[in-house]
Amino acid sequence: MLRQIGKRLATAIPSLIGVVVVTFLLTRVLPGDTAAYFAGPAATPQAIAEIRAKLGLDRSLPEQFVSYVKDLATGNLGNSLSTGRPVVTEIKARLPASAELTFLGLFLAIAIAVPLGILAAVKQGSIIDHACRMVATAGVSLPVFFTGLLLVYVFYFLLGWAPAPLGRLDAFSSAPPEVTGFYLIDSLLARDLETFRASLAQLAVPAITMAVFSLAPIARMTRASMLAALASEFVRTAKASGLTPTTVIIRYAFRNALLPVVTTLGMVFSFLLGANVLVEKVFAWPGIGSYAIEALIASDFAPVQGFVLTMAIMYVALNLLIDMLYGVIDPRVRMEG
Amino acid sequence: MSVAATPAPAQASAAVATLKHARYIIGENPVTGVAFGIFVLLALAALIGPFIVPFDPLASDTAAALNSPSAKHWFGTDQLGRDIFSRVVVATRLDLGIAIFSVALVFALGGLSGVAAGYFGGWTDRVVGRLADTIMAFPLFVLAMGIVAALGNTVTNIVIATAIINFPLYARVARAEANIRRDAGFVQAARLCGNSEMRILLGHILPNIMPIMMVQMSLTMGYAILNAAGLSFIGLGVRPPTPEWGIMVAEGAAFIVSGEWWIAFFPGVTLMLAVFCFNLLGDGLRDIVDPQRRT
Amino acid sequence: MNRRDFLKTTAIAAGAAAPVAAPFIRSAEAQSRAETLLVVTESGPNNVDIHGVGTNRPGYEVSWNCYDRLFTHGKKTLPDGTDSYDRDKYEPELAESWDIGPNSATFKLRKNAKFHDGTPITAKDVKWSFDRAVSVGGFPTFQMKAGSLEKPEQFVAVDDSTFRVDFIRKDALTIPDLGVIVPCVFNSGLVKKNATEKDPWGLEYTKQNTAGGGAFKMTKWTPGTEVVYERNEDWKSGPVPKLKRVIWRMVPSAGNRRALLERGDCDISFDLPNKDFAELRAAGKVKVAATPVGNGIGYIGMNVNKAPFDNVKVRQAVAYAIPYQKIMDAVLFGMGNPLHGGSSNMAAEVAWPQKHGYTTDLVKAKQLLTEAGYPNGFETTLSFDLGFAVLNEPMCILVQESLGQIGIRTTINKVPGSNWRAELLKKEMPLISNFFSGWLDYPEYFFFWCYHGQNAVFNTMSYQSKEMDALIDAARVAAAEGNKAAYEKDVKAFVTKAFEEVPRIPVFQPYLCVAMQPNVSGYRYWFHRQLDYRTLSKA
Repeated sequence: MLRQIGKRLATAIPSLIGVVVVTFLLTRVLPGDTAAYFAGPAATPQAIAEIRAKLGLDRSLPEQFVSYVKDLATGNLGNSLSTGRPVVTEIKARLPASAELTFLGLFLAIAIAVPLGILAAVKQGSIIDHACRMVATAGVSLPVFFTGLLLVYVFYFLLGWAPAPLGRLDAFSSAPPEVTGFYLIDSLLARDLETFRASLAQLAVPAITMAVFSLAPIARMTRASMLAALASEFVRTAKASGLTPTTVIIRYAFRNALLPVVTTLGMVFSFLLGANVLVEKVFAWPGIGSYAIEALIASDFAPVQGFVLTMAIMYVALNLLIDMLYGVIDPRVRMEG
Repeated sequence: MSVAATPAPAQASAAVATLKHARYIIGENPVTGVAFGIFVLLALAALIGPFIVPFDPLASDTAAALNSPSAKHWFGTDQLGRDIFSRVVVATRLDLGIAIFSVALVFALGGLSGVAAGYFGGWTDRVVGRLADTIMAFPLFVLAMGIVAALGNTVTNIVIATAIINFPLYARVARAEANIRRDAGFVQAARLCGNSEMRILLGHILPNIMPIMMVQMSLTMGYAILNAAGLSFIGLGVRPPTPEWGIMVAEGAAFIVSGEWWIAFFPGVTLMLAVFCFNLLGDGLRDIVDPQRRT
Repeated sequence: MNRRDFLKTTAIAAGAAAPVAAPFIRSAEAQSRAETLLVVTESGPNNVDIHGVGTNRPGYEVSWNCYDRLFTHGKKTLPDGTDSYDRDKYEPELAESWDIGPNSATFKLRKNAKFHDGTPITAKDVKWSFDRAVSVGGFPTFQMKAGSLEKPEQFVAVDDSTFRVDFIRKDALTIPDLGVIVPCVFNSGLVKKNATEKDPWGLEYTKQNTAGGGAFKMTKWTPGTEVVYERNEDWKSGPVPKLKRVIWRMVPSAGNRRALLERGDCDISFDLPNKDFAELRAAGKVKVAATPVGNGIGYIGMNVNKAPFDNVKVRQAVAYAIPYQKIMDAVLFGMGNPLHGGSSNMAAEVAWPQKHGYTTDLVKAKQLLTEAGYPNGFETTLSFDLGFAVLNEPMCILVQESLGQIGIRTTINKVPGSNWRAELLKKEMPLISNFFSGWLDYPEYFFFWCYHGQNAVFNTMSYQSKEMDALIDAARVAAAEGNKAAYEKDVKAFVTKAFEEVPRIPVFQPYLCVAMQPNVSGYRYWFHRQLDYRTLSKA
């Protein structure tokens, strides 16, 4: 098992190196002149040159790259120019907010899309099948920021059911003592149900926005692999043996259909990490996505690099997890590995 | 020679069969039929839209600003009094253009390198595979943002960015499909006839996996439009005053709270319909090309 | 105890505890809400030190509220009932009294004033802070220079509570310049302790921490998310503020900010689109204060160094082709003063901004363009700062359309905020839409930065004219000498010249709009266009 993980990690290294190089190059060709931006509105060319030297921007690209990689090796992602704080600290502080939102969104999407997909497969060709497909596809057909703004308009502005879109907690509540950084978990650990309720309320609408966006691929894949499973010999045998339809569908068909669904989850997660950026902007969510956008607009490249690298590592880690899940779901995979 | 000549009649009869099958699929699956209808409408709007719209999509009329939908302005007017119906219709050409060109580009880049990777294996496979892995490891929307921010926000760059982030998807599907077929009977036959490897790749394997690639293309066309809309929302969309659905939705979104819902609603619905239609068409196409369904 | 019993017991315990705790929490919460102001804006500070490198506008707000200055401005009530700072009335802040002589000004500091950490504020701190402002370079140094405050030798700590500023030349702007945000007083001991050899002025420390003695202390700052202040209970330099706490949250979506205001979930916000302000004001559910921005104009600028805008007739043609009224209606929604349609280009008053003689007259514009040798027009690029797209984008679209009618074909170029300053500095953009306002509300101050041949970055048109320079310099001298007649003549002359040669076309004077809940009172307009929490209160 450990050897397998090690092997899997080794294959991820080249792509991580690729990410580092591409990000570095991309952030250097961003058009914004960082030095001019920070020199302020009244800067003279000399003042800008001074700032450029101070920031190390006057050195050649290879030189800058070498010092960047050296810093990376020591776990130093540099300092954000616009806030002056170390990028590592900022990302550490903001990652739980993004992760909590993304995971809850993914969880919601699975909770809705998987039953929907099973239903569609069982009732293949019926009105239910078409309706499931329409619902799931409609969700992915709207730009995610628009879905978010619409939900805020309806549930906060018109109906008043959702709390104000002011981030993770309303202005007058205080965060639970930090253990995991996930407010839902931390507030439960602190037995603070009031904060749990408050943070769940804040999470609800953005998480639904994310879920709506990711229903379609999960539902579609569940339906397809369920169809394949339902058509297989062993399901026919199970049916013929007089087992109840529920047992057949859940224990026989679904368990076998699970593998492709789990594979899709990896892709959906990557998809959600991207959508996160826009959702955070709509909901004033203090996550790493909104941090990255602001940095990108200010041509502040250390946070952009840090953000991309964090996301890449998360992506690799998640795929590793999925690979290991395969083994749990399907022992054959484990044996072969 | 004979081998090269035979596919012609076979292809013709196959085409008829596919058409028949398509009619069967649409008959059995009305949703795909509806999607196809929407697609025809959109294509029509893209072709002749600019000639039939009632107003100049760029002409402002501040006296008629922010009018709600009426007999004169079917979809209402925006902040500068421009007719939203005309803008939505005229935008079709640009939006479909972004979708089609980005998909064509990614097909050329990702599809071909994927086929090559699957067919040749070895170092070609490794290079393409690593490239796809690297792109996949980026949060895709942020990569698109970075590319457009770095190269400048023109339509061409939006197309390029969308193509790049879709690269892994195409490369992987094409690789898998080509890999299955590398030793198939028709390939071996072509090889025996003395066709060059390149010729087999382009003349035999590629056409064979086209149907599956078409499904992929249809699905990603919708994603291309959504991606352009997302870029517009953070200010990296096409240049004003060019009408484009995403930028109209992004700008109109600021007017929802104040009650001028139509500014974002109509372009939003059109965009949704277009993406919806591409997705359903993709599903429909999959049903047509999926051998499991065909039997 | 088995699991079921455990659950039961905890449920009972929780149920028993809740009714006891809740009323107490609720009343404490209500109390704190009444004394807490919730501010909501699009973006937050990037640096809380006004002397820092690249400090943005929200950063100015932190500096203004957390640091003391020698004196502050008094209050006046504008015709519409809004309070505003009074340019001509000075009131004590850190200095109890002062005496302005011909060659220097002497300030007597309060003896009981203390920094947030309890250290007494002395004249040495004031000197150190002013030395820092003129030495660190960049914006603070530049702003001090505008009032002829250039060298550390000008600042003298006579004793612990006496501070003197020596003048290097006669300049009517020296005293006003001591009342802006930059000359604020730092806790020199604290900052020096955190300074390093590479950073002798401790800029890295003050970038993230406030080190002053102002009415508010910044207790928490999460960049891009939140700033929290507590009232400084020991503040001696003015009446203790009524608000105990200020929470400032960043909400990027303008639609959401408006929703928060309308539903009463935030107390005050000031960067909404004009349309929203106009509608909120009409609806009457929230209070909207709209104050013309002093010494500020939104304008279309042309680069006079490059053909075709080097030709004055082309510039005048453009000035006749701007759709002024359309912009006032569809872009500003009435939240600005029009600057077109004066009786002529002769300055009518000694004031800035004022109306020029251009109107929208496409026939005349076309005729001027033909005379200039461009009967078929030409192609050019119209650029604007994406950071201010809400105003700039519709305005540029209208200008583009109107220019198209006289044959000038424009491409609109959105420049990201990070790039805008660099582009301005290059002075290569042919045609731009931009905004400028001067802190010091004097016409010669505006003209010195925007029209003078010294070619500061704000002279975005690269306009150079010996006559213009002579008029601006003469007006500054006349002001310093108190020669009113000469001053008025010079001001009128340079305004007239700016209108006739029209390198920049003044389009409007914007309003600074602030929307607040009906129970918020005490709002005051300031030249820096940020909030002063000291006068605000919640009923």
